[in-house]
Amino acid sequence: MEYKPIRKVVSGNYAAAYAVKDARVQVVAAYPITPQTSIIEKIAEFLANGEVENLQYVPVESEHSAMAATIGASATGARAFTATSAQGLALMHEMLHWAAGARLPIVMVDVNRAMAPPWSVWDDQTDSLAQRDTGWMQFYAENNQEVYDGVLMAFKIAETVNVPAMVVESAFILSHTYDVVEMIPQELVDEFLPPRKPLYTLTNFDNPISVGALATPADYYEFRYKLAKAHEKAKKVIKEVGKEFGEMFGRDYSQMIELYRTDDADFVFMGMGSLMGTVKQAVDILREEGYKVGAAKVRWFRPFPKEELYELAKNVQGIAVLDRNFSFGQEGILFTEAKGALYNTGAKPLMKNYIVGLGGRDFTVNDVRKIADNMKAVIEKGEIDVEVDWYHLKR
Amino acid sequence: MEIPETIKKKLTLPADEHFYAGHTACQGCGASLGLRYVLKAYGRKTIVTIPACCSTIIAGAWPYSTLDANLFHTAFETTGAVMGGIEAALKAMGYKVKGEDGIMVVGWAGDGGTADIGLQALSGFLERGHDAVYIMYDNEAYMNTGIQRSGSTPYGAWTTNTPGGKRHFLEKRHKKKVIDIVIAHEIPYAATASVAYPEDFIRKLKTAQKTPGPSFIQLFSPCPTGWRSPTDKSIEIARLAVQTAYFPLFEYKDGKYKINMPNPKKEPKPIEEFLKYQGRFKYMTKEDIEILQAWVNHEWEKLKKLAEVFG
Ligand SMILES: Cc1ncc(C[n+]2csc(CCOP(=O)(O)OP(=O)(O)O)c2C)c(N)n1
Ligand code: SF4
Repeated sequence: MEYKPIRKVVSGNYAAAYAVKDARVQVVAAYPITPQTSIIEKIAEFLANGEVENLQYVPVESEHSAMAATIGASATGARAFTATSAQGLALMHEMLHWAAGARLPIVMVDVNRAMAPPWSVWDDQTDSLAQRDTGWMQFYAENNQEVYDGVLMAFKIAETVNVPAMVVESAFILSHTYDVVEMIPQELVDEFLPPRKPLYTLTNFDNPISVGALATPADYYEFRYKLAKAHEKAKKVIKEVGKEFGEMFGRDYSQMIELYRTDDADFVFMGMGSLMGTVKQAVDILREEGYKVGAAKVRWFRPFPKEELYELAKNVQGIAVLDRNFSFGQEGILFTEAKGALYNTGAKPLMKNYIVGLGGRDFTVNDVRKIADNMKAVIEKGEIDVEVDWYHLKR
Repeated sequence: MEIPETIKKKLTLPADEHFYAGHTACQGCGASLGLRYVLKAYGRKTIVTIPACCSTIIAGAWPYSTLDANLFHTAFETTGAVMGGIEAALKAMGYKVKGEDGIMVVGWAGDGGTADIGLQALSGFLERGHDAVYIMYDNEAYMNTGIQRSGSTPYGAWTTNTPGGKRHFLEKRHKKKVIDIVIAHEIPYAATASVAYPEDFIRKLKTAQKTPGPSFIQLFSPCPTGWRSPTDKSIEIARLAVQTAYFPLFEYKDGKYKINMPNPKKEPKPIEEFLKYQGRFKYMTKEDIEILQAWVNHEWEKLKKLAEVFG
């Protein structure tokens, strides 16, 4: 079948909901929280209008139960989905470990929202990054199209390696902002994403199984190793699935770090999610003004694309890491990860951390220019002024 | 071992065995007996969810399982939610759930995992109306972590965090009536049961199986380790709990209460009968026993009234 996209003007949240529908998800368990709520509302609307069949919608009483019910559904063999934000994701934390440990390919959308107090419903990546060590894969979407594509790819990748995956989008900047999204006709989605073939199910009554039992020190270690290996394998699968997606639908995701005009760049801006749209636009403008800059958008934070980062880092003089998040007592989380990944490689560009946009603070093209000027000075001097720069601080 | 037909005819319980020897419960454990009865009633076409509790251990460490049924181990407070997810998935995948020939989705959780940390998920499970059976085995404390009080621990009981002693720091609250909280959800079927009355328990399990929607059974399960009782007295203690009306047997079905005591005409025995073999009650004073007796009388009268008015 020839691919003719279906163009719809949708919010990031509706893009997620359409992807859930097109992925033929069988169980959705969810609990409302701003700014995620419209995802689950839209899915309920699909049900109410008879636009989806064979979907069970479980309106649970908390996010902890949302993840628990999704886990139960996935262990039984169904394709299962949930979505949340900030406090909801934090409440799920225990169960995120459970999903990964039980090797369940659940897909969840997290709409990045700042953690309280003080209350804030606006964008901040600390909620999802705080789940770093739960064993989930994490994909950061730049725009609504990537939310839609991300959910479809996440199911395929998760179900190949039996590891759950989180698709992350920004509060309001994506979740509630409308944009054109090219959706894929159902038959082609079906071709790309066939029904799930579970690693195990709880429905083999001739040969019953037990999942998640106690493991003694003689065995627990190996369970962890296998999960670690699955993440290693995921890197390969992510690239393959991203390439296949590109071949089928024209949008290539074969790189875990999307490089933008980095070939001859002196230094690059590195970051994740929607802010990288602004950065790319700024790069175009700065290039016209004579700056030799590029952008490196980290799409997959887990597994971490160490090798791709090295390839980039050995060819640039500096990396300005933009973190819309913070790990207290240290620095921006992507900054730590990137520095750590390069330590033993021999690639030693100057690296500086800019903390930007926390709690929804605007981040504009002009901000990128100011950072570019600062970074240029740093490179000319050959040493960094401050390692962690709270860029927007009111002084 | 094949059971000869002649013996089979005399059995009052299903002969089928789906809970194997080699489990790691203590001697005289009521919970392990209870789980055995559940699987006798439902057979292999069952998906059991077990949260953190003694049964996590009883079921055996990887790669072994004493259950001849599918089993999903889950986090302490999630039994109700996981059961909901399993049931939803089965329906989405086109399976028949509950009823004579459907798949039985069973939650098997302790009193702590039900009355305390899991109460919210239990409530959600009941209120959403999933076709599944939640069984709370009630050994009246957190046994797996070493005998700490739970909401279901009775007045006057020693536990490791209500240790009695000189200052008399005993459990001072009466047992939380989880069954009343459950019934407040107006689900189709709820019942109490005891490992001392397996025929009654299995009949209730079968009723739960036949009744669409969520069912709940609170099963009285002695724990010799936590109750400081002789391992050969578990069944006798469980029987005395019923005979003293400390843990009366009853059913709530379609809005109606029905008491099912073994000797309906007999007056309950004094509470001391129930307390006698159990070291956990040894710190109780005479007044403590009176307070407990008063509570038992009150609750028993309440139940009789309910059965009278809504019988
Ligand atoms: C979130 C969480 N908190 C605490 C625990 C520790 N924990 C494991 S089992 C248990 C007690 C279980 O008690 P109960 O449900 O009454 O079952 P029993 O052990 O008596 O069979 C506790 C507190 C846990 N596993 N998870
Ligand atoms: S501690 Fe009690 S409930 Fe736990 S296995 Fe032993 S007897 Fe059974």
